[in-house]
Parts: sequence; C-alpha cells; structure tokens
Amino acid sequence: MTERITKSMAKNIYYGGGMFALLIFAGLTFDTVKQIPVRSNEVALSHSVVEGKALWEKNNCVGCHTILGEGAYYAPELGNVFQRRGASDEAAFKAYMLGWMASQPLAIPDRRKMPQFNLSEKEVNSLSDFLIWTSKVDTNEWPPTIEG
Amino acid sequence: MVAKPYFIFALVLLAGEILFGLLMAIQYLFGDFLFPYIPFNVLRMVHTNLLIVLILFGFMGATYYLVPEESERELWSPKLAIITFWVFAVTGVATILGYLFVPYAELTELTFNNLLPTMGREFLEQPLPTKLGIVLVVVSYIVNVTMTVILGRKTVITTVLLTGLFFMAAFFLVAFYVPDNLVLDKFLWWFTIHLWVEATWELILGAILAFVLIKVTGVDREHIDKWLYLIIAMTMISGILGTGHHFFYIGVPDYWLWIGSIASAGEPLPFFFMILFAFTMSKNRKIQHDNEMALTWAKGTAVVSFLGAGVLGFIHTLAPVNMFTHGTQLTAAHGHLSFYGAYIMIIFTIISYAMPIMRGRPHGNCAKAQALELKSFWMMNIGMVGLTLALSTAGVMQILDQRVGTELIGFMESQASIAGVYIVRAAFGVLVLLGLFTYFASFFVKEEPSIQVE
Repeated sequence: MTERITKSMAKNIYYGGGMFALLIFAGLTFDTVKQIPVRSNEVALSHSVVEGKALWEKNNCVGCHTILGEGAYYAPELGNVFQRRGASDEAAFKAYMLGWMASQPLAIPDRRKMPQFNLSEKEVNSLSDFLIWTSKVDTNEWPPTIEG
Repeated sequence: MVAKPYFIFALVLLAGEILFGLLMAIQYLFGDFLFPYIPFNVLRMVHTNLLIVLILFGFMGATYYLVPEESERELWSPKLAIITFWVFAVTGVATILGYLFVPYAELTELTFNNLLPTMGREFLEQPLPTKLGIVLVVVSYIVNVTMTVILGRKTVITTVLLTGLFFMAAFFLVAFYVPDNLVLDKFLWWFTIHLWVEATWELILGAILAFVLIKVTGVDREHIDKWLYLIIAMTMISGILGTGHHFFYIGVPDYWLWIGSIASAGEPLPFFFMILFAFTMSKNRKIQHDNEMALTWAKGTAVVSFLGAGVLGFIHTLAPVNMFTHGTQLTAAHGHLSFYGAYIMIIFTIISYAMPIMRGRPHGNCAKAQALELKSFWMMNIGMVGLTLALSTAGVMQILDQRVGTELIGFMESQASIAGVYIVRAAFGVLVLLGLFTYFASFFVKEEPSIQVE
C-alpha cells in the first residue's frame, strides 16, 4: 500500500500533520493554563501550602510515593491521604501527620521503610497543608476508591 | 572516532542502571535491605537518571558516528566532541555520587536549589549545576552537529535528527520552571518528559534506524526516506496530542480525557510501521551484509518497542481504563518495556553496526562473536519481557486489591500479597544483567585466524 505514496507526499504529511498537531496542542495548553487556577482552587494556595510543596520536593517524596498517581510505586498514594488517614478533618489529619512523621522509620522488620526526615512541627504542618490542598484538586473523580 | 567513548560509556552506565534496578527489586521484597544507607528514593533516582544519561550518551555517540558519514565530511569539531564527552561524563558521575553519599535535602542546599528551585521532581531530580551542565553539553553537541550538517551533504536522516535534537533542547528548558501550583507544575513537567520520550526521541530513533537499515540492507535511500517520513509523521500527529493521556487525572480540564484517548489510540501505529519498515527492508535487501547482528537488533527494536510502547501503552491509555491503572505497577511495566525496546535496543543497534567498523572490522564481528551476541540478544529480550509481564501481573493484582469491588485492602497489605510476583520480577532482572554481561563478553571474542590473515 505504501507504493502509492511518494516521498514528497510522506514529507508533506509529516510537516503538515506535525504542525497541525502542534497548533492544536498549543491552543489547548493556553486554555488549560487559564483553567488550572479554578480547578485547583488556587485562592486556597496559602504560604504554608507553597512551603509544604517545597519540602515535598526538597525531600524527594515523589521518589517513593505517588501524588495524583504520579511518582514511584513503592509507597502509598498521597493525593487522597487526607481523606484516608484524616477522615477529611484538618485538625485530626495534622495530629496524625505529626505522630506519623515522628515515628519513622517504623521498627517492623523488613517492612518497607520511610526515612526519618527530622522536620520541625511547623514543617510537618506545612506538609499537611500541602496534602490537604492537593486532596481538593478537581481530578475528574480519580482515584476510584479511598485506598488510592 | 569520537563516537567510541560515548558508546562505551553508555554501556557502562547501562550496567549500573540494571544493577540499581536489581537493588530496588530486592528492597521491594526486603525493606531493610540497604536501609538506611540507601533509601528507595535514592536507588530509584540513580536507576532512572542513569537511564536518561545513558540514552543521551548513546544518541550522541550515534550522531557523532552517522552525521559525518551522512554529511560526507568530517565532524565540524572532533575536539569539541571529546571535551563535551568529558564534561558530560564528569557531571554525570559527580551527580550520581552526590545522590549516593549526600542526603537529598542536604544536596538541595549544597547546590543552590534555593536560588532557582528545580529539584525533587520525578526524573528531573538533578541539582541545578548538573542541569546547567546538561544544557551546556547539549548546546555544544547541537552546535557541532548543526555545523557539520550545514557544511556537508544534507540528507533526510540528518534533517530529521536535527529537528529531534532542537526540540529536545527546547523542551528541556521547561524543566527550569517549577510553579507553586502542583497542578500547573505537573502539567508543564510533561512538556519535558512526554515530549522527549514520545516525540523528539522518536525522531532520533527513526533517524538512527533508517541509517542502519540503509547500511545493512543496501535498499535505495529514496525508499528508506519515504518510510522514515511516514513513521515520524504518525509519531508527531499521535505523539504530540497523545501527551493528553497524562492529563486525565492530574487536575486539568476534562477535554483531555477525549483528546488524550483518541490521539493515544494512534500511538501504536508508528511502531507498527517501524516493524513493517524493518522487515520489508530486510526482505528487499540488495546486499548481504556480514554483520547480521546489526539487522537483528534493528528488527528487534521495532518489535519490542511495538510491544512495550505500542501495545502495553495502548492497553491503558483509554481514559476509563486509565482510571483504574493510573499510578500502578502497570505504568512501571509499560515504562520498562518501552524504554528498553525503543531506546536501549536502538543503541544496541547502532553500537552493533558501528563498533566493529571502528575497531577495524568492516564486515562485522566474526561468526563466533555474533553467535554470542545473538545469545545475549535473547537473554535480554526474554528477561525484559519476563519482568514486564511480572510487573503487569503485579499491576492487575494491585488494581483488584485496592480499586475494584467492595472488599478493598490498603496499599501496604496489597503489596505484601504481591511479593511472590516481585520475586519473579527480580529473577528476570538477573537474566537481563547476565544477558548484558554476555553482550560485553562478545566484544572480547578473538577474531578467527582466517580473517586475521586477510
């Protein structure tokens, strides 16, 4: 079937098709960037949330965990950990996080280990704020269950 | 030949990459293994960063080999290519040592991450000096190649290659911007990650494959060029909008559910055409090249990338399916076979073709060496397919445990129930490493006496 296509036709499909795809992609990107503040509830993006995200990156949390499904698959999804471990209650979740972070690594032989990051109470609270903010992002109903 | 050190270093890094993969496979089963000396995130960073760097080394070696030949002139500056090699090698090694010996949080402070935060994002964990080093290396590489192409004969292969390189460099710049909003951060992160792996790198892959096929089959260039254009046309049309399959559930608008699903449905096509391409050219070959392994790898890369990137990718890029598979071991399974099939095997292809020539064996390695290489080909392929099937099984179990039905169990419990499958995964990983060592051994098989007389 490729006999009927000439080299110059193939070349035109490449340049034409590529440009076409690129233009649509650019247009949708523009629209998406405009919609993100609404879908992610950017007004709630407090200083503490930003601080928490910086800590998330500084300690390479994504090297073990997933967040909104992206990251490593060694440890649980954290996009909905606020609902799962905090029952959507901010005070309860923050208290849980303080206890959890302080008790790492758990002394259970051969369980996968989380390192002790030696974060201050303020830092753990920022991390919690970041996870709480993330849990409220409109993700088109993902994950399908609370277990992530 | 400046390509030689690039190829050798790429292979050394590949051995390191597989070794760290195995260490991770063990830590998956025994959480205390290497802990707290090397926590999982560090092993993973070394594993994935070695992969990226070794592919870049392989691409650079391939380019420095094929561009002078295509351009029918010498490389613009062989000296610059050698300097670039050392700068890249030293930067790469220093970065890996930094990961291994400095806690990551401390590394961010030591490397001025506070001035321009770019660290701590998947695959882009490199400290700022490393990222700047990569820019420097890539710019000097592109300048060198561009000058050679401009001053010499222009072919479709070099044009496609250069397009790939320019876009690759452009998309890397996005890695220097980390927004405070996680959703925007994730959205833009894919501009580097997806558009490298599923667009610009595929142009480079196509160009290398076309070059080797011309050389070992002797098929008319016009014919090869046409196929190359068709393949990359499909790659661009499906791959660029296919970025959308990453945008289903990360907080961006829901029209991506449709765009991503539809465009991704086309993503197996270029790989399927690549199979037709390799096998048709092989069937219609005009010459019987003695280097049979180069052609074997070329066919292999087409087939395995079709399975890994095409088939396994397609299985979970439809939005309703991805709802369940997103962020599970199925993603890891797809990642492993597609990176191996498309990028590691194309590097083996060009090395298998070019290395014997650079070592003074224009007809390829002797039959004995090629027989050993063929053995390594099957060991690595079986190993990779095996570990991919194991990871796929793990992914399905994970979904059934955590996401389907009413009796759900948590992540850690689910992982414990999958342990048996992870043992199988590790065993196939060992086979891959043994296959690589066998491949290395094929380099040291002595030439047969009859050929030495010639």
